[in-house]
Amino acid sequence: METISQDVLAGAYLIASVSYILGLKMLGKPDTARRGNTIAAIGMTIAIFATIFLYSENGNPVGNKIFIFVALIIGTGIGVRAARTVQMTQMPEMVSLFNGMGGLCAALIGIIEIYHTQSTEKTKLLAICAGLVIGTISFSGSMIAWGKLTGRFSDKIFPMQQFLNLGLMTIILVMAGAIIFSPIVNPVMLYMELLLCVGYGILFVLPIGGADMPVVISLLNSFTGVAAACAGFLYNNMAMLTGGILVGSAGTILTILMCKAMNRSLTNVLIGAFKASGPKEVESDSGGHIKEVSLSDAAVMMSYAKKVMIVPGYGLAVAQAQHSCHELEKALEEKGVEVRYAIHPVAGRMPGHMNVLLAEADVSYSKLLEMDEANSEFATTDVVMILGANDVVNPAAKNNKLSPIYGMPILEVDHAHAVIVNKRSMNAGYAGIKNELFYEPQTSMLFGDAKKVLQQLVSEIKAN
Amino acid sequence: MENFFVSLEHLISVQTVYIVILMVFLGIEVISHVPSILHTPLMSGANAIHGVIVIGAIIVLGKVESNNIPALAIGFTAVLVGTLNVVGGFVVTDRMLEMFKKKK
Repeated sequence: METISQDVLAGAYLIASVSYILGLKMLGKPDTARRGNTIAAIGMTIAIFATIFLYSENGNPVGNKIFIFVALIIGTGIGVRAARTVQMTQMPEMVSLFNGMGGLCAALIGIIEIYHTQSTEKTKLLAICAGLVIGTISFSGSMIAWGKLTGRFSDKIFPMQQFLNLGLMTIILVMAGAIIFSPIVNPVMLYMELLLCVGYGILFVLPIGGADMPVVISLLNSFTGVAAACAGFLYNNMAMLTGGILVGSAGTILTILMCKAMNRSLTNVLIGAFKASGPKEVESDSGGHIKEVSLSDAAVMMSYAKKVMIVPGYGLAVAQAQHSCHELEKALEEKGVEVRYAIHPVAGRMPGHMNVLLAEADVSYSKLLEMDEANSEFATTDVVMILGANDVVNPAAKNNKLSPIYGMPILEVDHAHAVIVNKRSMNAGYAGIKNELFYEPQTSMLFGDAKKVLQQLVSEIKAN
Repeated sequence: MENFFVSLEHLISVQTVYIVILMVFLGIEVISHVPSILHTPLMSGANAIHGVIVIGAIIVLGKVESNNIPALAIGFTAVLVGTLNVVGGFVVTDRMLEMFKKKK
């Protein structure tokens, strides 16, 4: 009886593992993505219920079932509610928050397990400590990333930060070694270690600028994957092992792809060198003269253009202006103007952030151009409308060797005949760098909240 | 008996190493050819999948002695936050992808 149920459990875990692989694979293609997500969710549900009813350790089945079900029900309730009510613009924060919950879960498992493990079981202790350390760092790091994205914390940089982080990491590793090899579990040492990991997660994310936030979330995502895999090692549990490693490696690749899009190395991002080691604001002398354009002039410029390219950025997301943006597109198309969107891979706060937003507003897929396509079309574009994007259109990335973003591929909007920049103010972008584009002769500025400006533009265009 | 378990653990860990290495390659392979438009849902989906850690939390809570209140509380919290990760992750991903669907 015992062995049969164990075989069924192993079968359930195999189904779960296959469902993750299939799910991830299908998530990579637009037409199968949603089904892929559902398949992975079904696999996960099977694995969870198989564990509750079939798992046994040394002949003891899973106890405290009432507590388990209560926790599952409450967690499901809160999770569904949070996921259903969150605004599409707050997607990145939400992912970061859920990721932090996974990390916390891994850390809590470690805390209990360490008291249930004999000091002679070194491999087990190693798995526990690794899960504890990685989970805790992922938790506190995700919380800071969440806080920064919601505007609760700002970037904090202080001198020698990289060395402090390095030192802290060394202490964490040494202490983990001490915990593994000490004959008994010392609670003081354990909690010190936890505290240090929380501190490391905070210090790790706090100095990293907004331009790097997508990379950080993706990296923390893969961290939690590795923490889950550590628990998989601990229990020799194939569902956790395969799921964790899969996310760990896929997340790392995604992180690297994102770094490539910004033309920076992962180490460069990790040590938080973006601002800390970058040269202080190199003022260029292209004259400090900017040109403003009125709403009605902008409306006329666009109505009589042949091709308008819209460049959305974080400003669009903040202003919740995606629907107004779609209305502008429709109003222009009624006038016979060709409208396209140029999507920079790291525009917004997450790769694909703009695509999700515009999809919410029913913007057609075929109108979204990826960076390379868009760059080859700017020369034939009459008006480029930049909505709250800044760093991804900053020519300093191409021609100012001293700029911290030098080398990052950008949308080359300066090839277009005219550029209209909508911003709330002249403040620098998230990376904190001055943008020479604003001083170019073909550029004119249209200040104001993206949503209001777009609504007014639409009514002006319709009135024309 | 002790030796038996040690050797058993050893045997399984060799298999485990194989699985880990194969999974690493699978993960890389699965992600490598994804258009950038799907990066956010993909990240969110992967985020839900690592919520499988909740299984570990269930195992832990399932073996805590029922008079050990602190451990029960920690285990309970672990299952709760793990569930949040799984359920929230999948529902959010579904919501994102639902929007992609509506386009045409």
